[in-house]
Amino acid sequence: MSEPLLTVRALTKRYATSAGRWASRERSEFTAVDGVSFTLDAGRTLGIVGESGSGKTTLVRMILRAIDPSSGHAIYRTAAGEQLDLTTLTERELQPLRRELQMIFQDPFSSLNPRMTVQSILEEPLIVHGERDANARLSAVQAMLDLVALPRSSLTRFPHAFSGGQRQRISIARALILRPRLVVCDESVSALDVSVQAQVINLLGDLQQELGLTYLFVAHDLAVVRHICDEVLVLYRGRVVEQGPTETLFNSPQHDYTRLLLSAIPEPDPDRPLRPLDRATLNF
Amino acid sequence: MSEPIVRIRDLEVEFATEVGVTRALRSVSLDLARGRTTAIVGESGSGKSVTALAMLGLIDAPGRVTAGSIEFRSSAGAAYDVLRLDRRDPRLYQHRGGSVSMIFQEPMTALSPVHTIGNQVMEALLTHQAVDNETAQAEAIRLLERVGIAYAEARLSQYPFEFSGGMRQRVVIAMALINQPELIICDEPTTALDVTVQAEILTLLDELKAQYATSVMFITHDIGVVAQIADDVAVMYRGRVLETGTVREVLKDPLHPYTRGLLAALPGSATRGTRLQTIDDLVAPEELATDTPLRRLPSGRQVALPAEAPPIGQPGAST
Repeated sequence: MSEPLLTVRALTKRYATSAGRWASRERSEFTAVDGVSFTLDAGRTLGIVGESGSGKTTLVRMILRAIDPSSGHAIYRTAAGEQLDLTTLTERELQPLRRELQMIFQDPFSSLNPRMTVQSILEEPLIVHGERDANARLSAVQAMLDLVALPRSSLTRFPHAFSGGQRQRISIARALILRPRLVVCDESVSALDVSVQAQVINLLGDLQQELGLTYLFVAHDLAVVRHICDEVLVLYRGRVVEQGPTETLFNSPQHDYTRLLLSAIPEPDPDRPLRPLDRATLNF
Repeated sequence: MSEPIVRIRDLEVEFATEVGVTRALRSVSLDLARGRTTAIVGESGSGKSVTALAMLGLIDAPGRVTAGSIEFRSSAGAAYDVLRLDRRDPRLYQHRGGSVSMIFQEPMTALSPVHTIGNQVMEALLTHQAVDNETAQAEAIRLLERVGIAYAEARLSQYPFEFSGGMRQRVVIAMALINQPELIICDEPTTALDVTVQAEILTLLDELKAQYATSVMFITHDIGVVAQIADDVAVMYRGRVLETGTVREVLKDPLHPYTRGLLAALPGSATRGTRLQTIDDLVAPEELATDTPLRRLPSGRQVALPAEAPPIGQPGAST
């Protein structure tokens, strides 16, 4: 067994808060993510679930260093086999690693620049990472379009000419064009219609097989998580309340909060009525 | 069975766009049964929300209702075609917000950020009924408490930003209920909410429907939600009603290949490690082009009935 691709140790983010008028201001701290630890092996998918405000997005953004953590470590095994702590690297040291760490966002409407053509959207990461040969860029872009099943005629068009599902394919192509190893999907299929969502989920699965990708999959839709994730981590108010293999967690949840989340999923079966647990009966 | 509260017949709505005319609704016929919850299921662009807006007479330029009727029957016996009401007809004012109220998807945009909660809940009542401020305030407090807002009296003077998403949606529900409407149209009321909050709001809506004997039209794309809340279901696709039936009929024994596709495309425990089926895998394009929805005979046998009026030809229409 090789080293995991990503090892997160006690990752924590605190924000300073203050309340009251300035003279009697009380300073305190709000802990958005509190000592989260997990490991993620190459080629696997880890689901991160929880309600709004549970710290899902803060957690993955710290791993990508879009937010600087307050404490803790995120050890990443690079393509060259080095073990690097992402939390201690400088911007300059991070820059070459950004090729390997990419993100696909939730909203395919706001995550693409409306003034850029699909070609310039997909080329930009290559330019940022120093690909000077325009022909090489073009062929990389075309290969990427084929991979996400968009027609090559898309190149000269702008995002507004595409549907939500097609835009999400463009976002995926942009994230994958640098051949990353770890891809963070932050609610990447939440905004899509059921039938389009199914296509994008299939696409993510195919690409994982083909390119050997590792996914960190942030979602609030537990049915989607159950379908694609190997392991799941449940966050509540910044803390991990439960983590484990997907089927174990769904079939025999150990923590009250996991049970609450699972009981709240509406089943597409009229004979299985919704019986949400009472939040007040839970003790945390 | 009693008269349906709303009877939509051959409704056609078009939107003029730069690239031509889009037919948003094509010969939509639909009954909403009194005292029941009818779910309208469909994907983006299927015409769910346009149907709801038409029921309130709210299709504005560049949209246009080109044909059809929407007959509303109040329990008091009044009956009128919403589309034939004059803009200044007092019945239209009574209809919008009085007999029929609407709950929107996004509670932050449905509430005014610069007015207090109390102000907004009371406004709905003061607009439609001759009551004084004190009565309106008492009524607002009563309803806010009913929808589960603690310390309602103290919270009347607060603003929407001081409420969480689920609490805001409760306020919107209180506003929708305050005139005791006969029909509530819910347009994706829980889509923006966490699954736990969604479960609480769905449970609340169900209780309120039973308590006030209201009819509900529930627009959603989430089949799980449909299964939990609906009595009847209509499946829409690209401006057409493809199939109608009770929730059990439609979800357990779908007639239309598109409905089967929608159900098959849902991820879950059974689909782990497999590819999800997509609508394209399951539905041939010509199966989606019919103007005659599949309806069930009492025996449950599948049959395609012709629409009551022949579909109206639209030579220049896009398809």
